[in-house]
Amino acid sequence: MSEVSVTKDAAPAADALVVLKKVNKHFGALHVLQDIDLTIARGEVVVVIGPSGSGKSTLCRTINRLETTESGSISIDGRPLPQEGRELARLRADVGMVFQSFNLFAHKTVLENVTLGQVKVRRKDRKEAEATARTLLDRVGVGAQADKYPAQLSGGQQQRVAIARALAMDPKVMLFDEPTSALDPEMINEVLEVMQQLARDGMTMVVVTHEMGFARSAANRVVFMADGRIVEEARPDQFFNNPRSDRAKDFLSKILHH
Amino acid sequence: MDVLSDNFAMFREGFIGTVELTALSALLALVLGTAVAAFRVSPVPALRIFGTAWVTLLRNTPLVLLFLAVTLGLPALGLKGWDSFWLAVMALGCYTSAFVCEAVRSGINAVPVGQAEAARSIGMTFGQTLTQIVLPQATRTAIPPIGSLMIALAKNTAIASGFNVTELGSVQKSLNADAGYNIYVIFLWIAVCYIIITFAISGLFRLLENRLAVAR
Ligand SMILES: Nc1ncnc2c1ncn2[C@@H]1O[C@H](COP(=O)(O)OP(=O)(O)OP(=O)(O)O)[C@@H](O)[C@H]1O
Ligand SMILES: [Mg+2]
Repeated sequence: MSEVSVTKDAAPAADALVVLKKVNKHFGALHVLQDIDLTIARGEVVVVIGPSGSGKSTLCRTINRLETTESGSISIDGRPLPQEGRELARLRADVGMVFQSFNLFAHKTVLENVTLGQVKVRRKDRKEAEATARTLLDRVGVGAQADKYPAQLSGGQQQRVAIARALAMDPKVMLFDEPTSALDPEMINEVLEVMQQLARDGMTMVVVTHEMGFARSAANRVVFMADGRIVEEARPDQFFNNPRSDRAKDFLSKILHH
Repeated sequence: MDVLSDNFAMFREGFIGTVELTALSALLALVLGTAVAAFRVSPVPALRIFGTAWVTLLRNTPLVLLFLAVTLGLPALGLKGWDSFWLAVMALGCYTSAFVCEAVRSGINAVPVGQAEAARSIGMTFGQTLTQIVLPQATRTAIPPIGSLMIALAKNTAIASGFNVTELGSVQKSLNADAGYNIYVIFLWIAVCYIIITFAISGLFRLLENRLAVAR
């Protein structure tokens, strides 16, 4: 195994929003996350890339504790992630998550999908929640679909609704786990554009993606993972033009030649 | 002499008895069964253990034994004064709840995990995730087997006739004891009564199924 020390070229976080320290996790014998240290500053857009099975999704999911960890600490906005129960639920409301497979609530209309969390979790008045939902749906360009069910929408539309649903909670940070990987090519851009806009608006984002164009244009930092470790961290231009580790070079040569 | 017209009041009382017994036991079974299913998928180990024990115990006990346990056991434990109708509701409801629990749980398991993960990721608690997202979607899968369970329950109420409850089974027994009526005719009318009840149940569940199918 070619071990390369972690290189930190990106500017150190002035105002840390998400902090992972020495996080470890196993799936049985598989050590999926190995001593992960990662700090994400407020307003920063971090793209996580790496070969399949390197632990990117797992990393993303530990940040809102959809996956538990065995050791290390994770804190969001200065507060450590609670173990279970209401405290954890409250903290999760501040962390938006967008899934590869959209996961819109299948038995609810688009509008209800975006309203539900506001009413049930944020305890907002229904009228107010619906107004917010409609504004957000317009913002991601699916305002006309508000009364349809998820199954009646295209993949790109569903994913944009999923982004609106997460935004409706007014999150401090948004996690995206390969948000465009399940989409037909012509729908990828409509989702990426929404994400670009979000990044420009100053949202703190962690994005697992294979979209190198997005990484180049929207990311402040690229985190390269392999075999459960963060192998390299760098500014996008630096990473893509001049990767330091052999693993990253190897990975880039594979994906850029296809 | 016609059994039905001669004894119409008795038939009516028995029919109503069976309907009431079925309806109340069904209600208890559905409420308990859903609650125990929630226990079985909850993050609290003690609740999961309780749920598993409940299902294992009740599903594997013959219903007649359960009736005996309730009618003899509860008074022995100091719970006196319950009339036999409510004891029968308890026995039938608890027994059927174990099966309802498993039907609901198979419905829950048929809902993609992403649905619950999405709910948790917007900050919903376990209870909210279950009641708002998972159970409504689980019903679609759970309704047909629950329909069958309710029909089985309607027929199982006949066991209550052995425990001093007035229902169709007890009507049949007392009429059989009355000499002079053709046993087969009695059987026929009792069977017709059960068929009315079981057809009503399957009709109701067919309706529910169709309603849920269009609601998406
Ligand atoms: N629930 C699970 N149980 C057991 N092993 C798992 C589980 N989830 C993931 N794994 C394993 O952990 C490793 C890391 O998985 P993860 O999904 O984080 O990778 P990834 O980097 O997101 O890959 P991909 O690019 O394919 O999405 C893989 O080897 C995977 O098989
Ligand atoms: Mg993944």
